[in-house]
Amino acid sequence: MIEAQNLTKSYGDTKAVSDLTFTVKPGIVTGFLGPNGSGKSTTMRLILGLDAPTEGDVTVNGKRYAEFPAPLHEVGALLEARSVHTGRSAYNHLLAQAQTHGIPRSRVDDLIELVGLESVAKKRAGQFSLGMGQRLGIASALLGDPEVVMLDEPVNGLDPDGIRWIRDLMKTLAAEGRTVFLSSHLMSEMALTADHLIVIGRGRLIADVSVDEFIRRHSKHIVVVRSPQATQLAELVAGPDVTANAVEPGLLEIQGLTAAQIGTEAAAHDIVLHELAPRQASLEDAFIELTRDEVEFHATTSTHNDLEGALAA
Amino acid sequence: MSTVTALPALRTRSHSGRVTQMRVALSEWTKLRTLRSTRYALFAGVVMTIGFAIIPALVNASRWSTMSVIDKASFRPLETSLIGVTIAQLAIGVLGVLIISGEYSTGMIRSTFSAVPKRLPVLWGKAGVFGLVTLVLALPSTLIAFFAAQAILKGHSLNGHDIALSFSDPGVARAVVGGALYLTLVGLFGLGLGAIFRNTAAGISAFAAILFVIPPLMGVLPASWNNAISPYLPSNAGSAIMQTGNPAHTLAPWTGLGVFAAYTAVAIAIAAIQLRRRDV
Repeated sequence: MIEAQNLTKSYGDTKAVSDLTFTVKPGIVTGFLGPNGSGKSTTMRLILGLDAPTEGDVTVNGKRYAEFPAPLHEVGALLEARSVHTGRSAYNHLLAQAQTHGIPRSRVDDLIELVGLESVAKKRAGQFSLGMGQRLGIASALLGDPEVVMLDEPVNGLDPDGIRWIRDLMKTLAAEGRTVFLSSHLMSEMALTADHLIVIGRGRLIADVSVDEFIRRHSKHIVVVRSPQATQLAELVAGPDVTANAVEPGLLEIQGLTAAQIGTEAAAHDIVLHELAPRQASLEDAFIELTRDEVEFHATTSTHNDLEGALAA
Repeated sequence: MSTVTALPALRTRSHSGRVTQMRVALSEWTKLRTLRSTRYALFAGVVMTIGFAIIPALVNASRWSTMSVIDKASFRPLETSLIGVTIAQLAIGVLGVLIISGEYSTGMIRSTFSAVPKRLPVLWGKAGVFGLVTLVLALPSTLIAFFAAQAILKGHSLNGHDIALSFSDPGVARAVVGGALYLTLVGLFGLGLGAIFRNTAAGISAFAAILFVIPPLMGVLPASWNNAISPYLPSNAGSAIMQTGNPAHTLAPWTGLGVFAAYTAVAIAIAAIQLRRRDV
């Protein structure tokens, strides 16, 4: 369990994190989503006590991180920026971390095997690829068998195989009852891995919802229709809950009706269809839209409306 | 490698317990010995300490018969065998800076302080381990340097007396052992500066400025000022322990080393205060 209460961090005049209040619950994977520079990494550093909050507080299982007598058993973290001495081997890095808590060498060996770094464990970490570095970071995070696992952009630099491995790992950890807190700037990744979402933009909380709820609320179903009688069709289907945008002559994007409904309607009026394709606007679009709206609402409102107006016309 | 079959390894049988100062020190020992740069710098320190005692001894021994009486009279066999210490201090001081600044430059410090969020045990661990390692290497080095240099000088005489010194001669044991203590303090002084500046270039520059650049600059001051201030500069104060015969404008040996120890303590204390306060 991670609890942030009015968490704020300012660097000079800029607020990297602003009045964040959220709870990360055990037993599920919680995604921490936001564009680059939105304050995710800062929030994670605040959780670990690497940075001190300007205002507010954040606790892990009821205590501040620094108050734990054995912090690596409480929280295991992979931070986005590399946190390994480039001149030291992966094995020795993990060993030095383990020794602070009296964790035995056998555990270091187990983790190296778990993350698949056996063949390069004695190599200097500076020679590692980004993906190998991520694996080392994950080994480091799991070293203390922690109740809370916090990973900042863990899939960065991993190959598809590695990405799937991380997903499975996160789900397994959560199923074991741990708190899993995972940051990403990719909504699509979160949709596959996370159960719950905390979305921030420019350091502010935008949404704190389950992934299902987020998808339901934000994904738009659109039907793309190509027809020589597009204008006629648009007039036909238009209604209070239905919008038909002419993307280009002969091409409509209809929202509010299913493909079946449109097809039936067209047939009833002898309208020729060349294409009838349901599309789901990607979650990525929904996320970008959401963060843009929240973050730059005042600056771009007029332009945004003008753009929509232009498209609808 | 990409399957979850290895996952049972995730759970350990028991949580082995808490962070203690001894465990942090052990971790710091592991960190120290597993970096190539540390081993090279320590090796360089040993080689310099011994090598720069032997070379001047050889040079002077070989041309002793042709040296003037005045040169012979001003030759200082003890100081000659400790020249290496004043050269080795560069390697040891730079290593002191690197031990902490290297963690900041690579990002390792985030791992370090995640494991030990109270932070101060890390500073004490680094200082303790590095200080001990330096002392354990420096003491035999200064002893070897002394005995090697005196063995080379043996048989050369001035006014019928052999110029080679014995370890039991007045002030010799103090100077030789003191040389090793001085090197240890230099290393810790560097460590303090590295922790204060958290940056390798800045730390090394500060170290070099304080120990090597400022002392000769004092020469531009009026002589009375220079004579009053210079003995208290860190390197001048500290190296008083390696001198015999109580030269002018120099602190007494142990007083001088004590002054240098105080500078070192201040540097580490400032580092400790900042370590607690600053963001990483």
